[in-house]
Amino acid sequence: MTSTAEKPSVVGRKPADPAFKKKSPLTRIFASRETSIAIAVILIIAVTTLRNPTFLTSADGFRDLLVTPSILLVVALGQAVVIITRSVDLSVGSVLGLTAYLVGTLFVAFPSIPIPLMFLIGLAFGGLLGLINGALVAFGRVPAMVITLGTLYAFRGINVAWTGSNRINASDMPSGFLKLGTQQILGIPVLTIIALIALVVVAWYLHNTRGGREFYAIGSDPEAAELYGLQKTKRVLMAFVFSGAMAGLGGVLYAARYGTINSQAGDGFELQAVGAAVIGGVAITGGTGTVIGAALGAFLLVTINRALPVLGIPDFWQKAVVGALILGAIVLDRVMAKRNHQKLLEKRDR
Amino acid sequence: MSETTAPRTYKDFAQPIVRRLLLTRESAIIALLIVVLIGASLIVPSFASAATATYLMLDVATILLISLVMAPIMITGDIDLSVGSMVGLSSVVFGVAFQAGLPVPVGIVFALVVGAVGGLFNGWLITHIDLPALAVTIGTMALFRGIAVGLLGTTAVTGFPQEWTKLARAKIGDSPIPVIMILFVVLLIGAVWMLHFSKFGRGIFAIGLSKEAAAFSGVDVARTRLILFVLSGTIAALAGVYFTLRYGSARGDNATGLELQVIAAVVLGGVSVFGGRGALHGVIAGVFLIGALSSALRLANVTSDVINIITGVLLVASVIASSVLDWFKRQRARRALRSATQQPVTAG
Repeated sequence: MTSTAEKPSVVGRKPADPAFKKKSPLTRIFASRETSIAIAVILIIAVTTLRNPTFLTSADGFRDLLVTPSILLVVALGQAVVIITRSVDLSVGSVLGLTAYLVGTLFVAFPSIPIPLMFLIGLAFGGLLGLINGALVAFGRVPAMVITLGTLYAFRGINVAWTGSNRINASDMPSGFLKLGTQQILGIPVLTIIALIALVVVAWYLHNTRGGREFYAIGSDPEAAELYGLQKTKRVLMAFVFSGAMAGLGGVLYAARYGTINSQAGDGFELQAVGAAVIGGVAITGGTGTVIGAALGAFLLVTINRALPVLGIPDFWQKAVVGALILGAIVLDRVMAKRNHQKLLEKRDR
Repeated sequence: MSETTAPRTYKDFAQPIVRRLLLTRESAIIALLIVVLIGASLIVPSFASAATATYLMLDVATILLISLVMAPIMITGDIDLSVGSMVGLSSVVFGVAFQAGLPVPVGIVFALVVGAVGGLFNGWLITHIDLPALAVTIGTMALFRGIAVGLLGTTAVTGFPQEWTKLARAKIGDSPIPVIMILFVVLLIGAVWMLHFSKFGRGIFAIGLSKEAAAFSGVDVARTRLILFVLSGTIAALAGVYFTLRYGSARGDNATGLELQVIAAVVLGGVSVFGGRGALHGVIAGVFLIGALSSALRLANVTSDVINIITGVLLVASVIASSVLDWFKRQRARRALRSATQQPVTAG
């Protein structure tokens, strides 16, 4: 069953019917959502740099351009997987904040914890919170939106009750850890490299493994997937654990990047994460989209946010831009899907 | 067992009316509300007072108003996450109009128009572009809030005329009941009629059970959903005006996170998250339950974050509760079936 070889009947039918002719790889790349988002990011960077050259050309500007989106990128990765399985995880911002504070507290209590271990702790703790979400969604058989809306407030409440008006400052954390926020290898910031490694691993998994394809199968038709014998409960659980773990990783990156963590760390992050995924072409109805698109969506959102003040627009408008982009993206998806459907009907009738 | 073997009619299978009334989600939540009210009065010293009752009603008024339309929307199987942002936006519009020197009633009209247009925008995207309500209202949640914050930044409009701010906090005569409750009761009567006694309301339940079946039986599905979203935006704007006058300040971040409290109250009140089931008396009990809990906890000096935790846990618990109950019912049915098949029924 694990063989990916196509059945001969399908192969045999393909060349005869022009409707089944594959588009050339070049056309596919240019027509994809990923490409248009990437072009949008480049355009924004270009226009903003014309306005204020330090935006890109100064060493700090270039680094910030890559580092700032990294945190959102890893969280959007997890969110994309959850949305592909036709759920949504609104609690990621709270998970990120809780994990970031845990990381800070652990560093205060045990300053000598090795940094890689701290990353593992962040992933595990986030994954544990994700497991709570996943168990409630998978076994309770209720919409993920309501469950994660509940845990969004519960986790944030726990964070505020635990933190109070305390906060972790940069001086409380080892300098080696904080250096991660500024360190670079070959000119690329370490945090960005970590995020990109996570991206490549997840993209590979989703595209090339049986487990990865099952996420898509469950998202495009849960009933059919279950009838076919896929373990829906297990996969949904996995998606939420993964989303939690990525939010946990985001929390560790957040601590390394900003140094100060209070009870409001990551507040409102869920909207950005859902926005990044949706703008990047992950349909909220499940079953389609790529994590690369979600990652580019994250880049777009963060870059716009940083470009607005340079372009002379107060950053109060950032949220409105996010909203307009989300709406634009879902309308675009709908229009494309309708057109595709129409085309297929015409082909069938011909 | 009786000697006569008269044919059993459907009445033999119906539950007695007392049981039917006592075993609904709505009755359970009303009972829980009464328990909380009595418990809080006994444990928290200052809870059982006229002043607390007034504050409780003033506090929940915003949520009460919005839940009147959120309940029907969730019964159709949709959701409106943008209501909290619409409260903020209408507050800003109201404030900006007042700042520009317009009289308060004109500002209210402006705010209501913005609410109706925002709701129409939501409804149009959902019904005419055929998009999921969740996706659309996540987008407009950011958009409405973004416009509100963009228009006023971190500044606030204050200095509304005293007669208006006082009216928002005024009580009816010597009673502890705030004036705003008159408006609520009027709208409630309208909502009860709309949801439980009109053809439109039966359409709402039908849509929640099955959109296709509702369409085949003559319900104009798109129109019904569109109207509900317009009503939702308008009533959120009305709540925004009340919110602004009550606190005397129009700010872009007013009522952040309000959508959770509304949804939590509606779900707690017995509206199914899958649509098709729910009643307004349960929803109102749900609103008051959350309000009374947080009011009692605040009087007992419990901080607002613990209230947040409780709200979140209540929301999760109330949606899980029904599926856990279903599971138990299924188990019991299976056990009954097993014992029935193992030993044939013998006459007693």
